[in-house]
Amino acid sequence: MIRVSVDSAPIELSVEVAALEERGAGGVATFTGLVRGDDGVTALELEHYPGMTEAVLIDLAEAATSRWELLGVTIVHRVGIMTPGERIVFVGAAAHHRREALDACAYLIDRLKTDAPFWKREQIGEGARWVEARASDGDAAGRWL
Amino acid sequence: MDLLYFAWVRERIGTGQERLDPPEAVVNIADLIGWLATLSPGHAEAMREPERLRAAIDQRFVPLDAPLGNAREVALFPPVTGG
Repeated sequence: MIRVSVDSAPIELSVEVAALEERGAGGVATFTGLVRGDDGVTALELEHYPGMTEAVLIDLAEAATSRWELLGVTIVHRVGIMTPGERIVFVGAAAHHRREALDACAYLIDRLKTDAPFWKREQIGEGARWVEARASDGDAAGRWL
Repeated sequence: MDLLYFAWVRERIGTGQERLDPPEAVVNIADLIGWLATLSPGHAEAMREPERLRAAIDQRFVPLDAPLGNAREVALFPPVTGG
């Protein structure tokens, strides 16, 4: 019932949602993160810590299933180079009732932002810059403590 | 000890991984950062602002004052920005 994937292939939304729907739940809540095209960003590169990343995401999914009554949890994160508009992350939770699914979904993406070892590098024309962490992400994750 | 570097830490050092044998006086992550800074100009640049660094020992996040103990793998990197 837990699916975690870190892959350079595009995220297939319909496949991920359908797999959660097959859990026999009353509801599925999902969040999809897209690459922003702000400030002239032409490409985004995602670096991660192989091994630790997958372990952290599995820990997060297990923490969600122990906190809420869930029938399925999916976390898919893309790595490598992608362009604005492409999907970068998908999290989903299936539960008997909407509240568990919605809360678990918010928990997963908030915690992923601060706990999973990924780093974003933005390509802007000929230049590139590493994205800085935002304090608001820490605040969002902190509300689940 | 295997050292892993990510993002701009890796770029400044010029490699993502190296095996090093720190001296005995290096007992925690902060000591390690200070010692790494003496190894090359690239290491010095990467370690210049320890407050901007985060660390993991054997793939678990730790604070900078964490003892190295019998660490096999230590990673240094900027704050994470996934999602």
